[in-house]
Amino acid sequence: MNTNVNTPSPNGAITTPTRLTGSEILWATLVGEGVTDVFGYPGGAILPAYDALRKFPIRHVLVRHEQGASHMADGYARATGKVGVAVATSGPGATNLVTGIATAMLDSIPMVCVTGQVSSKVLGTDAFQEVDITGVTLPVTKHNFLVSRAEDLAPALRHAFQIARSGRPGPVLVDITKDAQQATALFDFDAAKPAPYRPHPMLKVEENGLKEAAELIRNAKRPVILAGHGVMQSGAMEQVRSLAERAQIPVALTLLGLGGFPASHPLNLGMMGMHGESWVNHAIQEADLLIACGMRFDDRVIGTPSTYALKAKKIHIEVDPAEINKNIKVDVALVGDLAEVLEQLLPQISGRDGSAWLKTIDASKGAVAVRDIKNLPDSGHLYAAHVMHDLWRITGGNAIVVTDVGQHQMWEAQYFHHEHPRTLITSGGLGTMGFALPAAIGAKVACPDKEVWVVAGDGGFQMTSPELATIVQEKLKINIAVINNGYLGMVRQWQEFFYDKNYESTPLVSPDFVKLADAHGIAAKAVRTRGELAGAVEEARAHKGAYLLNFLVEKEDSVYPMIPAGSALHEMIRRPGKNPLVERPDDI
Amino acid sequence: MIHTFVSYVDDKPGVLTRVSSLFRRLNINIISLTVGRSERPGLSRMTIVCEASAEAGHRIRASMYKLENVLDVDDIAGAPAVTRELALIKVAATKDTRSPIFELVEVFRARIVDLAPESLMIEMTGVESKIEGLIQVLTEGDNEILEVCRSGKMTMRRGHHTSRVLKALGAGAIEPEDGASQTQQAEEGAVVEPE
Repeated sequence: MNTNVNTPSPNGAITTPTRLTGSEILWATLVGEGVTDVFGYPGGAILPAYDALRKFPIRHVLVRHEQGASHMADGYARATGKVGVAVATSGPGATNLVTGIATAMLDSIPMVCVTGQVSSKVLGTDAFQEVDITGVTLPVTKHNFLVSRAEDLAPALRHAFQIARSGRPGPVLVDITKDAQQATALFDFDAAKPAPYRPHPMLKVEENGLKEAAELIRNAKRPVILAGHGVMQSGAMEQVRSLAERAQIPVALTLLGLGGFPASHPLNLGMMGMHGESWVNHAIQEADLLIACGMRFDDRVIGTPSTYALKAKKIHIEVDPAEINKNIKVDVALVGDLAEVLEQLLPQISGRDGSAWLKTIDASKGAVAVRDIKNLPDSGHLYAAHVMHDLWRITGGNAIVVTDVGQHQMWEAQYFHHEHPRTLITSGGLGTMGFALPAAIGAKVACPDKEVWVVAGDGGFQMTSPELATIVQEKLKINIAVINNGYLGMVRQWQEFFYDKNYESTPLVSPDFVKLADAHGIAAKAVRTRGELAGAVEEARAHKGAYLLNFLVEKEDSVYPMIPAGSALHEMIRRPGKNPLVERPDDI
Repeated sequence: MIHTFVSYVDDKPGVLTRVSSLFRRLNINIISLTVGRSERPGLSRMTIVCEASAEAGHRIRASMYKLENVLDVDDIAGAPAVTRELALIKVAATKDTRSPIFELVEVFRARIVDLAPESLMIEMTGVESKIEGLIQVLTEGDNEILEVCRSGKMTMRRGHHTSRVLKALGAGAIEPEDGASQTQQAEEGAVVEPE
C-alpha cells in the first residue's frame, strides 16, 4: 500500500482514491467488498498478488489442491450466504478449480474465483502454465472476466461480486494477467461501483398470476408445497412457513432444501425424490396442487416427467425464468425472488382446512413410518443409519453437517433431522465426491463457533483427504465421520439392483484412516459396533482439536427406498421386509 | 418450429462464443447467425435462426438473458417481420453463354457485380426462398455454380414496435401468427401492411 493512504476504515478498506499496484487493487477491492477470508494456492502467475497480500486484513487459507480451494469457498458461502473467494495461479492451478466451480454453478452458490494469468504480451502463445481459463470455465460460471490492465481490475472485481450475489447466485471467475498485477493504477473503490443490477427482463410477477395462484390454493383439496434450495437462497423460510401454516399445506423438501423448513414441524413431510420416503412421493403423486418454491424439478426429484404428479396443477415460484417449463410444464409461473413473491401472495391466502388431506397422508405412512432404528435389535453389525441417528441425537441436531456424495449422503438426509437453514452442506446438483472435507473447512472458517461435522464415505474421502493437513495448519476443530463400507457404496448398490450384482471396480481398498489422521497429527479412532458409537461421538466432540472417526459399517447395506432412474415417483424399491443381514420390521 | 432471435449484445471479445455456446449446450443447431453493428454504440445486433420446439424458444430466450453481455432478446418466430439475406453467387460463363444468365438475373431482380472471361458474380438480396429459387434455375439451366456465399438471415420486425409509438399512432394490436409469443405480440404487435 502506498504511504499516502489515509487511515483505513475499521475493516481496513481504502476509502480515498489511491495509486496502487494491480495486486494491491485486487485485495483492496476484496476488502471493500467485505471479504475477510480467501482460500488459495500460490504460483508464478499470481505471485505479485500473494506478495501484496500481507498488507491487507484478509486471512488466507493455504489449501493442498486448488479443487479444495473452490470447495472451501463454496462451503464458506453455503454456511453464511456470503460470497466465497478462491485464489489460484494460471494453468493447472486454474483448471484444478473447475470441479469446485461447476459444483457451485449447479447449486447456485455465490463465489468469486481469482486466477493469475500469464502476461498479456504472451497471451495465446502457449506460454508456460498458460491455459484459456475463461474459455474453459465458460459453461460453468455465471460470467467470467479476463483482465489485462490494472485500471480495469476494480470495476471487473466489483462487477464479479455483483453478478455472483444477484438474482440466481453463482460462481464468477476473474482471470488477471501478471502484468496487470504489477502495473499501477488509481484505485477508487466507489468509482468502480458497477451499474445498478439489471434484473432479468423476463422477471416480473404478474398480478393475474398471483390471483390465479391464490385461487388454486384456496380450491385445492390435496396441495403439497415443494421447498427447494431457493428457500434459503432467498431467505424465505418465514414466508414458506406462513404459507404452509396459514393454508395447512404439508411441505416436501428437496435435498438442498433440507433445513429450509424445520424438520420437527408437523407439516414437514420430509425429503422427496429418488431416496425420499414413500409417503412423501405418494403425496406428490396424489396431489391436486403442487406449489414449487425455489426448486427446479430436477430429475432426481421427479422421476420421469411423463408420470410426475399427473393429477396436480402446478404453481412454480422461481427466480430464474429459464427454469419455467424446463422439466415440468406448470400452470402458473411466478417469476421473481421467492420471499418477495410470497409476501405478495400471502395476504391473498386465508385460513384453510387441510385436515382431511393431512390425515390421508398420515394414514399412508403406516408401518413405513416405523423407522425407530435405535429400537432395532443389535445384530452385532454397525449400520450407517445408526451413525447418522446418533450424530443427530448427540449434537442435538445443531451441528453443521457437510456431507460428501453417495450412500452416506442419503442416509444423512434421511436420519439427521435438519431444523435450521444452512446446517446441511452438500453437493446436490453436480454430486461431487470429495466435496465434504474441503467444504467443511470453508464452513468452519466462516463459522468458527459452530460445531462442524464431515460425513464422508471411504471413496469420496480419499479424493480430497490431503486437506487434512489444511485443517491442522489452520488449527480447525472439525469432526470427521468416515462411513467406511469398503465399497463405492452407491455404485455398488446400483450394481446390486440393476447390474446383476456385478461388483466391477467398486470394492475399495483404503488406507487405515486412523493412521492417516495420525500422520497428520489428528486424533482418530475406529468404531466397529453400535456399543462403541455414542461414546466415540462424545469423545470426538470433547476433544480439543480435529477428530476423525472411522466407522466400519455393514458392507452391503443399501439406501431405501429408492426410485430407479427412469421410473415414476411411486414405483419405488422399498426396504426389504426381512433384511438378510439383520432382522427388521416389515416394510420399513 | 423455426425461431428467429434478434439480440443486442455487448460489442466485446468472446460474446459471440458465449451466445453460440448456449445453443451448443442445448444441442440446438444454429441455421444461421449474423452479427453486425447496431444503431446503438457499443452494441452489436445478432440475428440467430434455429429450429427448436415452441417451449425451447422460451427457454432459449430466458437463457440468453442470463448472459451478462446480452441486453435484449426478441423471438420473432412467426411475427410480421422483414427478413433478408444477401447472397453472392459465382457462375461459370463465357461471353457466349452469358446472356441467359443475364435474363435470369433480371427476372430475380439481382445484379451482376463482377464479370470475368470465364465467370460472373451475381449479388442478390432477398428472402431465403428467392435465393434458393435463383440457385435452382441456375443449376437447372446447366450452369455451373462455382461458389456461393450467403450472409444468413437478417430480420427486423415490421413497423414501430414500441408500445409508446403504437399508442401515438393509435393502432390496435394485431393477432400473432402461429407460434409467436403472445404477450410480446399484444404489447408490440401493430403492423403496417406489407408492401
